[in-house]
Amino acid sequence: MQRFIKAFGGPTVLIQIAIIAAILMVLLPATTEIFRLNLFGKYLTYAFVAVGLVLCWGYGGILSLGQGVFFGLGGYCMAMFLKLEASTPEATKIQTTPGIPDFMDWNQITELPWFWEPFHSFAFTVFAVVAVPAFFAWLIGYAMFKRRVGGVYFAIITQAIAVILTILIVGQQGYTGGINGITDLRTLLGWDIRTDGAKYLLYYACCVALLLCLLVGNFIINSRFGRLLIAMRDQEDRVRFSGYDVANMKVFVFVMASVFAAIGGAFFTLQVGFMSPTFIGAVASIEMVVFCAVGGRLSIVGAACGAFIVSWAKTSLSDSFPQIWPVVMGALFIGVVMFFPRGLAGLVSDYGSKLMPGRKSQSKPSTDKPDTASRSSAGATPQEQA
Amino acid sequence: MGDFTAQELTAIFVMQGFSGLSLFCVFLLMALGLAIIFGQMGVINMAHGEFLTLGAYITYLVSYQAAEWGATALTWYFPVAIVAAFIGTFALGYLVERFMIRYLYNRPLDTLLATWGLGLILQQVFRSVFGPREKTVTMPDWLLGSYRATDMIDIPLNGLFILVITLVLTLALFALLYRSRWGIKVRATTQNRSMANAAGINTDRVDRLTFALGCGIAGVAGAAFTTIASTGPTTGSLYIVDTFLVVVFGGAASLLGTVVSAFGIAQSQSILSFFWSGSMAKVFTLLTVVVILMLRPQGLFASKVRR
Amino acid sequence: MNLHTLSRSWLAGLTAVTLGASALFGTAHAATPPTDEVMTTGLAVTDDTVKVGILHSLTGTMAISETGSIQAEKLAIKQINEQGGILGRQIEYTVEDGASDWPTFAEKARKLLQGDKVATVFGCWTSASRKAVLPVFEQNNGLLYYPTFYEGLEQSKNVFYTGQEATQQILAALNWANEELGAKSFYLVGSDYIWPRTSMKIARTHIEKHLGGRVVGEDYYPLGNTQFGSLINKIKLKRPDLVFAAVVGGSNVAWFKQLKAAGMTADRMPMLTISVTEDEVLGIGKQNVEGFYSSMKYFQSLDIPSNKEFVAAFKKEYGDDAVIGDVTESAYLGPWLWKRAVEKAGSFDVDKVVAASDNMEWKEGMPHGYTKVDPNHHLWMRTRIGQWGSDGQAKVVWESDVIEPNPFPEGY
Repeated sequence: MQRFIKAFGGPTVLIQIAIIAAILMVLLPATTEIFRLNLFGKYLTYAFVAVGLVLCWGYGGILSLGQGVFFGLGGYCMAMFLKLEASTPEATKIQTTPGIPDFMDWNQITELPWFWEPFHSFAFTVFAVVAVPAFFAWLIGYAMFKRRVGGVYFAIITQAIAVILTILIVGQQGYTGGINGITDLRTLLGWDIRTDGAKYLLYYACCVALLLCLLVGNFIINSRFGRLLIAMRDQEDRVRFSGYDVANMKVFVFVMASVFAAIGGAFFTLQVGFMSPTFIGAVASIEMVVFCAVGGRLSIVGAACGAFIVSWAKTSLSDSFPQIWPVVMGALFIGVVMFFPRGLAGLVSDYGSKLMPGRKSQSKPSTDKPDTASRSSAGATPQEQA
Repeated sequence: MGDFTAQELTAIFVMQGFSGLSLFCVFLLMALGLAIIFGQMGVINMAHGEFLTLGAYITYLVSYQAAEWGATALTWYFPVAIVAAFIGTFALGYLVERFMIRYLYNRPLDTLLATWGLGLILQQVFRSVFGPREKTVTMPDWLLGSYRATDMIDIPLNGLFILVITLVLTLALFALLYRSRWGIKVRATTQNRSMANAAGINTDRVDRLTFALGCGIAGVAGAAFTTIASTGPTTGSLYIVDTFLVVVFGGAASLLGTVVSAFGIAQSQSILSFFWSGSMAKVFTLLTVVVILMLRPQGLFASKVRR
Repeated sequence: MNLHTLSRSWLAGLTAVTLGASALFGTAHAATPPTDEVMTTGLAVTDDTVKVGILHSLTGTMAISETGSIQAEKLAIKQINEQGGILGRQIEYTVEDGASDWPTFAEKARKLLQGDKVATVFGCWTSASRKAVLPVFEQNNGLLYYPTFYEGLEQSKNVFYTGQEATQQILAALNWANEELGAKSFYLVGSDYIWPRTSMKIARTHIEKHLGGRVVGEDYYPLGNTQFGSLINKIKLKRPDLVFAAVVGGSNVAWFKQLKAAGMTADRMPMLTISVTEDEVLGIGKQNVEGFYSSMKYFQSLDIPSNKEFVAAFKKEYGDDAVIGDVTESAYLGPWLWKRAVEKAGSFDVDKVVAASDNMEWKEGMPHGYTKVDPNHHLWMRTRIGQWGSDGQAKVVWESDVIEPNPFPEGY
């Protein structure tokens, strides 16, 4: 039992996760109406991305500005399945070609494209939600980390990939739904996802999945691998000289992060009822990094909370002061980066350890300064790190 | 293209070359400032686009004032606008370095995030001050229309103008970096900060001026862009991803690399969009750059400097 | 006080000309009917107020375009309230910011319908935002008045489209170009998203099948693209009789500036666009659009009495510099359409309002002239070709007959 608890980062982390579970699954549903709860469910999907970013950015030192790509790929896979289910020949009989999604018909496509075919199967879709982004991440990661591209370069290239994919999806609207995205999703395996009951169920499913991700994430960072990650982040060359394959470690953690993001994307589609290229672009991707940074890039629980709180604040601020929220968001970002690099989690743990001096705070990394995250690859060109 | 005469094809060839050249100027103007900030200092300035926007708005203000003063002012205000744009953005850049960037050296990923936040704020400030609508900068007559070299060939005057600005700016920057005392200090700081410090160079000051200079160049670019594109709160952010790719593709610390990469990317995008649709041309160009960067991460011109 | 009387007398004029019938109807109902009579579906209606929603982007990239629509909708609501409201109830509005982000639109639509229980919503601008909110409106049985001219291929019980659908805007315009300008070969240019692509698809079919013309080129550029050099060269090489364009946003500004710079002025290369209204001209600059044509149902310069009043009221409210584009005018129609339907139905209930809307007709009174609501929820109206002058206003050079809306055109 002791070992089990330790494997997930000690009792503090487990207690935190339990508290989050209680808030998400008991307190919120009991106190909010379904409309708000559905919104909360949407915010939670960003928490998946934030958890992934803690792994690859906070611990791996790899900043990806293209997490929206994976969020979007996961979401699109799910949306394709739901769209096919909504496009039965009966429901689409006014079209020239019944039985294909409406936007294809508008674009004179008369046959379902080959890559849509497998999405008739739910089993394949679930597999694809994870596998497609994972493969994509592996491809990018393998190509880049094997050549020791890191730091800033990786960030810029992933951002460019996000831009490319957005233009591609918008441009190929016959196959992708274009800028409108894939809309008007109705049922999942014959079960109407737009009813209140379905929204409750989906919300709970999303919570459970998120809690599992939190556990898995904590398990990873508290494992031997997690310690290696920190070592690699702070002194990449020493780890390499000790005989570890640094590139493979980076690829693995990047793929993990993308899988988390993709699961979030799939839940987003289910709860919101559509998917569009806006979530793939550079702006959406960088916002996801904001969530993580505000919550605390070194704390899995913190980042998840950050995602939830920032997106909530964004909605309520833009409700009441539409002109102000970009400014607040920007200021928050500058403030966090300059004054609280460890984010909310850092504040909470500092404050907590003051109250309870005996207790070791969990979110404090093994290194004293969090900003070492990027030092190893900073400024130097990849070649020079060799 | 069998139905066209040799003369027509030549004319198109010339104009096509020129439109590639205009795109090259756009990329280079934007990338120069970024290249010295990123290449020389290792700082990623995501708010670079907003500095450009600021330059464009300053130009708008000057043109607005000139319109009040009458026709002569309207004819000759543009050089004044360029200088004003440079001074305005230089000053803002100086302040930003003083109060933000300098606390974030050694944390390049964090500068990226913080400057992005700054960009967000600036965009909203523009929106509140100038309104969300695009502003029209009234152009002097000598910047409108085209020079008709032959019956078929039209050379856009604004394109020529931007070409001249780009040339002057690039040469001045080269001279500054490679032929002046200040340039020596900048390069010394880039190559070895602590040694430069030990040799009596005030590296803090060098950093501040380098950053401000980069921002000032963005301001000039903004002024120049008012002749060919729109002036709105999000004008600058349209270019930012492309420009970063240009800089990285050229090899971070090499100014010459930036020039070459801007030329290559611009010409290939321009030529591809002649044969394909604009969207596909852009996707293909960016994708090629990304793939080349994956194969050759140091970019075209790797710096031989060790830090 | 003075202001008040002014606007009252102005409004009296408007009422007399515009809404003769409905004004009569309004007075008949002056003895406010009880709430449970006019509303049975839980909407936010009290004995003296009714709540509606306005849903547009106040922030983000689309704020540029949507500002005018918000102003027009507020103005219409204000005027209706000054006339005594609807069924004796003053209209209160809640403005929600879609922030140029489609999911936010859906979220805010849900809030308006489920949280605020608004009786109707005026809003959305881009097709993408409409597609995002559409399921929300259908599911909650809400009511949306959508102002933008758009690509068609949609029809919903819960949405009224107060702008033109693609065939209304395009077919007549192409016929005109063919007859009046003698255009036989066309070059199609658009921003790369659904509206331009669908519009160009319709245009191409019409040119090839019905006009016996040729499409010599068709090109799309990503939204936000600012480099059109290669495209302009291509057009020069292909030498079409007419360029038919649907470029939007910041790209539009760059497109016109670079056309001008390349010597492609209106006398050398006629161009007909379906994406330039008075709003866009502000950004593009008068000097750059001079001589080109736009196809729209409305121009600010329209010489119709009801339009003169509308323009005067709009300028009085928002300043002399305010301009009114086609979409702004469409947005202004929404509240009036709704008012008349509610009064006809004697109820705010969505089903009854929708039923009452069929075949409502305005012979005159709307700023753009004749209007009729088709049972397919689109409007019958005229299409006009305007040629832009150096003052930033369009001169109407041609006007069609009233055109039936046909959102699902056969054979296109």
